[in-house]
Amino acid sequence: MPYIPNLIFIIILVLGVYAFARNVSKLKRNIKLGQDVDVSDNKPQRWKNMAMIALGQSKLMTRPVSGFLHVVVYLGFIIINIEVLEIVIDGILGTHRIFSFAGSLYAFLIGTFEVLAVLVLVTVTIFWLRRNVIKIRRFWSAEMTTWPKKDGNFILYFEMILMTLFLVMNATDLDFQASNSGNVISQYIAPLFSNYSESTLHIIERAAWWLHIIGILVFLNYLYYSKHLHILLAFPNTYYGKLQPKGQLNNLESVTNEVKMMMDPNIDPFAAPAEGTPEVPAKFGASDVQDLNWVQLLNAYTCTECGRCTSECPANQTGKKLSPRKIMMDTRDRLEEVGRNIDANKGTFKPDNKQLLDDYITREELWACTSCNACVEACPVSIDPLSIIIDMRRYLVMEQSAAPTELNNMMTNIENNGAPWPYNQMDRLNWKNE
Amino acid sequence: MSELLNVPTMADFMAQGKQPEVLFWVGCAGSFDDRAKKITKAFVKLLNKAQVEFAVLGTEESCTGDPAKRAGNEFLFQMQAVTNIEVLNAYEVKKIVTACPHCFNTIKNEYPELGGNYEVMHHTQFLKTLLDEGRLTIEGGQFKGKRITFHDPCYLGRANNVYEAPRDLIKKLEAELIEMKNCKRTGLCCGAGGAQMFKDAEKGNKEVNIERTEQALETQPDIVAAGCPFCNTMMTDGVKAKEKESDVAIMDIAELIANAQDL
Ligand code: SF4
Ligand code: SF4
Repeated sequence: MPYIPNLIFIIILVLGVYAFARNVSKLKRNIKLGQDVDVSDNKPQRWKNMAMIALGQSKLMTRPVSGFLHVVVYLGFIIINIEVLEIVIDGILGTHRIFSFAGSLYAFLIGTFEVLAVLVLVTVTIFWLRRNVIKIRRFWSAEMTTWPKKDGNFILYFEMILMTLFLVMNATDLDFQASNSGNVISQYIAPLFSNYSESTLHIIERAAWWLHIIGILVFLNYLYYSKHLHILLAFPNTYYGKLQPKGQLNNLESVTNEVKMMMDPNIDPFAAPAEGTPEVPAKFGASDVQDLNWVQLLNAYTCTECGRCTSECPANQTGKKLSPRKIMMDTRDRLEEVGRNIDANKGTFKPDNKQLLDDYITREELWACTSCNACVEACPVSIDPLSIIIDMRRYLVMEQSAAPTELNNMMTNIENNGAPWPYNQMDRLNWKNE
Repeated sequence: MSELLNVPTMADFMAQGKQPEVLFWVGCAGSFDDRAKKITKAFVKLLNKAQVEFAVLGTEESCTGDPAKRAGNEFLFQMQAVTNIEVLNAYEVKKIVTACPHCFNTIKNEYPELGGNYEVMHHTQFLKTLLDEGRLTIEGGQFKGKRITFHDPCYLGRANNVYEAPRDLIKKLEAELIEMKNCKRTGLCCGAGGAQMFKDAEKGNKEVNIERTEQALETQPDIVAAGCPFCNTMMTDGVKAKEKESDVAIMDIAELIANAQDL
């Protein structure tokens, strides 16, 4: 029977990884519901952005306090993965601390992990206090209710538990404590367990070990439902992030084709379209998630709900309904809803009389945006909420002619006089002689 | 003094078979808005003073389409863009300078894909090169030691990463440049961008320009410098609402420099 634990371990591991893989494929499918967009240009710059922004966390440092705390948790997370690797190998092979042959290097590594575990515990506690006791404003705005609020705390509890389990595991490992190398922190925890018998200690050590690895697998599968997905998606998202100057909005190609037709006297507007000319899309702009492009949908899954965008947004700061964070959360929620709809209907989307516009994002929010790009600048993971706002405005204006009256007047003026005000184009140089 | 303004058009240059050094894109605000027209004239005086051979399109200029695009009307934007590009390309324009960050951004970034490729400069950048090349000199004179704070226009700053040119010019005036709580990358919008200039704001508890004016007033400035005709209007309204218009002046960078020269 000595192989039973190994078998159980392998089964749990396979189940955990399988469930994760299924989540990832669902994620991919949902993102691909978006329109195609060409982001194959300028690869060196894209790699550089990913290295600086995702790996190097450069954008986080604009807020030094939370930036520094984040780096601690991030480093802890990355480095402790070596420990997870050992646990996995031990679990499969039935060994114990297989890396320990490395002697003093091993001691050094474990020592580092223990210190990091404590640092992470401290940081996570500070994060928790910021969220729940100090009540930093950006964590308490309108969209941060129910799930988003709980999600933020769950992650913190998760990390606290995982780190504690790791330290307890080390503290109750008699051989490890006896070797007295690498137990820089756990040697101070070990005395707490000094009254227990050797076999009880062994049970506690094993329990901590199992809970630790099961916890990690549960966490892996929790990601898909959580804002914590950013630990994976921040990498592709910063790679595909916008490279053009922030002020540059894309020119809709479908519109360009129509404008060219209208302006070119040689084209017969009534002629049948030539073979191969791109068809006019069914829709201008976006009213639902499928009208957005896949980078915008990737953006939505990557959003960490940190609210840095919203706290810099001039509309939000002055009490308007617009919150760029909410735009991203709404997009993700609607995309998830569409995904569930597809799952329930055997792979095809069954119209549900709902859409991103109005059911999630209101017109009032969309029209409050000054296109100032503060949100885009503030986002630590290269998300562009403004692009979604503009695409939805395009739908409102070009498909529904539903702009506010004053904007319609402005547009009529441009059309008739070449200026947003009702002045005659022939008067354009009058200032010279005034 | 306006009779001294020398403002040739592209058509004038064409008639003489010549090309100007630069096209001055005046923009709708600069052409029609009473406050912005003063900025236009101040800039022209500086161009005249530096003996820059420039031209305007005059009646051949039309709205770049920026407010239409940002309101969501891509059709109207592209119609405007294509028409303007046709005119610009017919005159073989190479270099454009404008005092409006919205025109600057649109022509610089959004016109190339539609066939309009030009070197585009904001007037603060252009003035800076004139100074660097010694074609224009500033004596700080009347602004020496004055407290001046600069409001970054979103479409110059964040949108195109131009933060230093206007500041360098203010420093040349030997003025004391003081930064607001939100400046440069975190500059707060004046509230006019994205076509907001042309409509009432959505319901909130404050107007954006009031918030921004409060930030500006916190620095206890003598002058709030702007680099955009829309920001200028919003800040002027803000200062009036705070009843501070007798203490604090809102001035475009071009006006500051022209005034320093007593032009
Ligand atoms: S671009 Fe729009 S949403 Fe983003 S910060 Fe500015 S006003 Fe807010
Ligand atoms: S869009 Fe970016 S800045 Fe805004 S909440 Fe999401 S991650 Fe944070």
